Amino acid sequence: MNLLSVIASGFREIGAHWFRSALTMFGVICGVASLVTMAAFVKGKENLLKESLAESGGLERITIESEDDLPDYQKHLEDEIRGITLKDVYALKNNAPLVYNVTPIVKKMSFRSDLKITRKGKSTRFTLLQGTWPEALDIMEHEIEHGRMFTEIDDYFANNVCVIGTEVRNALFGEYDENGETIIPINENIFINYKPFKIVGMFKEYMTEEDRKKKEEAKKNNQSVSQADRWSRFRYSDSNSQRTMRVYGSKNSTILLPLNTLVSKLDSSFESGSKMDRSLSELTMKIKDVSLLEKSLQQVRNVLLRTHNGLEDFEFETQEAFSEDITLAIYNERTSGMFIAGICLLVGGIGIVNIMLSSISERVREIGIRKSIGATNLDIFSQIITESIVLAVSGGLIGLAISPVLIDTLASYAPDTTPPIMTAASMIVGFSFSVITGCLAGLIPAIKAAKLDPIEALRYD
Amino acid sequence: MVVGDLVVVGDLAVVGDLKQSNFKLFIFSMPLLELRDIHKTYHLGGETIRALDGVSLDIDSGEFISIIGPSGSGKSTLMHIIGCLDSPTSGTISLDGIMIHDASARQLASIRNKKIGFVFQFFNLLPKLTVRQNVELPMIYSGLSSKERRERAMSALESVDMEDRSKHRPSQLSGGQQQRTAIARALVNDPKIIFADEPTGNLDSNTGEKILQMFDKLHTEGRTVMLVTHDPEIAAVTPRRIEIRDGKIANEVDPKLSGQAPRFNLA
Repeated sequence: MNLLSVIASGFREIGAHWFRSALTMFGVICGVASLVTMAAFVKGKENLLKESLAESGGLERITIESEDDLPDYQKHLEDEIRGITLKDVYALKNNAPLVYNVTPIVKKMSFRSDLKITRKGKSTRFTLLQGTWPEALDIMEHEIEHGRMFTEIDDYFANNVCVIGTEVRNALFGEYDENGETIIPINENIFINYKPFKIVGMFKEYMTEEDRKKKEEAKKNNQSVSQADRWSRFRYSDSNSQRTMRVYGSKNSTILLPLNTLVSKLDSSFESGSKMDRSLSELTMKIKDVSLLEKSLQQVRNVLLRTHNGLEDFEFETQEAFSEDITLAIYNERTSGMFIAGICLLVGGIGIVNIMLSSISERVREIGIRKSIGATNLDIFSQIITESIVLAVSGGLIGLAISPVLIDTLASYAPDTTPPIMTAASMIVGFSFSVITGCLAGLIPAIKAAKLDPIEALRYD
Repeated sequence: MVVGDLVVVGDLAVVGDLKQSNFKLFIFSMPLLELRDIHKTYHLGGETIRALDGVSLDIDSGEFISIIGPSGSGKSTLMHIIGCLDSPTSGTISLDGIMIHDASARQLASIRNKKIGFVFQFFNLLPKLTVRQNVELPMIYSGLSSKERRERAMSALESVDMEDRSKHRPSQLSGGQQQRTAIARALVNDPKIIFADEPTGNLDSNTGEKILQMFDKLHTEGRTVMLVTHDPEIAAVTPRRIEIRDGKIANEVDPKLSGQAPRFNLA
């Protein structure tokens, strides 16, 4: 008996009891659909988190901040704290070969009342002002779309130049002009604390792939993205997503200035004295080899302890914790999702076992007839197991077919969640699970049917 | 039995070193079915039931035989054993040169498929399949192509005058038509022997008569047919009649032994 006719008879059997078969398949449909849907949502979240990790500099980036709280055994030396200075930057550049692109940063935020960024009566809501070196472009994963980055010469002469993020442009200039063209405010002046600064460059707009697609679509349909929609991305509820959104939001709301410009022209606490002793908000740098993270951190620590006279008035901030958070969160969601989908498939499988058992007890006579005209035990076994597999696989295919619909529906009812991404791997896994379910569920009924004694079976009514 | 110059005796299948040409001659000359001292015992709740108690029987190719006996006499058990649905507790059977008493389940299925045709009292057609699909069923298990299956099924249906009903379902047919379909299914793999277990038991006497005529026709075409029945009237249509009682052959009428009185088996 060839495979094709076995499968054909499997389909015929399902067609003969289509309603019963549909009910039986329902378990597998739910199982496969929930598996694929769950995987799509987890994948969506994972992608978003990974994107944001890369946007904030990836694992290679480490940051050092000043720490006012000394360890207990150094408490009595609190007066000696000088914080992070340019001296540290040069010391690291010269003495820590495991790191590169050591960059000083002085941060100011506009929601503090001492910083106002204005132009023609408009002002920004929230802006991150950073005075730094030109290397910051690479280390902060910034990308200039229009104009240029300021240069070392700008820094040397403390020129009044700045590079802005798109959110600053939106606040001070608007995003589109009256013709619907994107505004590129290069060579325009903005006022920071009422001092004029020339915009020499603007970053590209940072956003998730999903948001970019949405925006392009909206643009195609000739609708401008409304302010409400723009802020909608801050509605993300759980902490990891919020963190992600902060990464994008703060990058777009950044103004970069040359370090010397910021310190000499905007810092009210500007002190005369050695340039080297100027205190910095933070130091940021990249590690040459992520696998040497621990050793690199140790090296940096050793160098800084020397320049700080042994005081531990600094702390490290790495992306590792964020990355671990991501891995853990994804793992948790994947496990719980798999568990739910697994239960669905198990219930579906038991449904198939149940229906196959009742089906063979209805068909004892048929099995007897088939045996009397020459069906071997193997023929009967393969007939029953094929029916079971055909049931499960049909259920699996239907499940795969409805999962995009299910994903869309769920995503539209819960817009707070990250956009789901349907993966081929999850579909393959879902499908193979349905095949396995069919095989296992058909096993017991098929063995039972194959073992029937033909004489008893023929007498059975 | 004497064929040409050769005298054939005993169990021939064990003679292995004969040349091919001679071997064919032997097969031609040996009985189609040879039973030697068949016993079948069942154990039911500590009680031993001797369903068959030393049956020995030879059936030649082309014979038309009936097995008669009341219910519980062991005739059904005998048919099941000859029909490869059951195996004997002891004794030897050869069917067409194959020792079936020690064949595996797989071999038995293949013998049932290719060498045996069954016709049952309750027709035993599959209700979900059409007439043609029912007739094709044995050929599916012997692995024929669908084209060949269709052709052979149609010619088998023609031989029982059922070709115009090939697309009907069994439930749309009369009892006689269903039984003719069952006969077509039994014939379709060109079996060595056809077993009919009370083939008229579920039909009115008129239709039953026609079915019996059909078996008679098959016999005149040269086929080996064995009727199993409890009804002496039906058994009367066959030249050779074997009566089973209490698991033994009680009485046998054989035209080959013509002119002799019915032989009583004293074993």
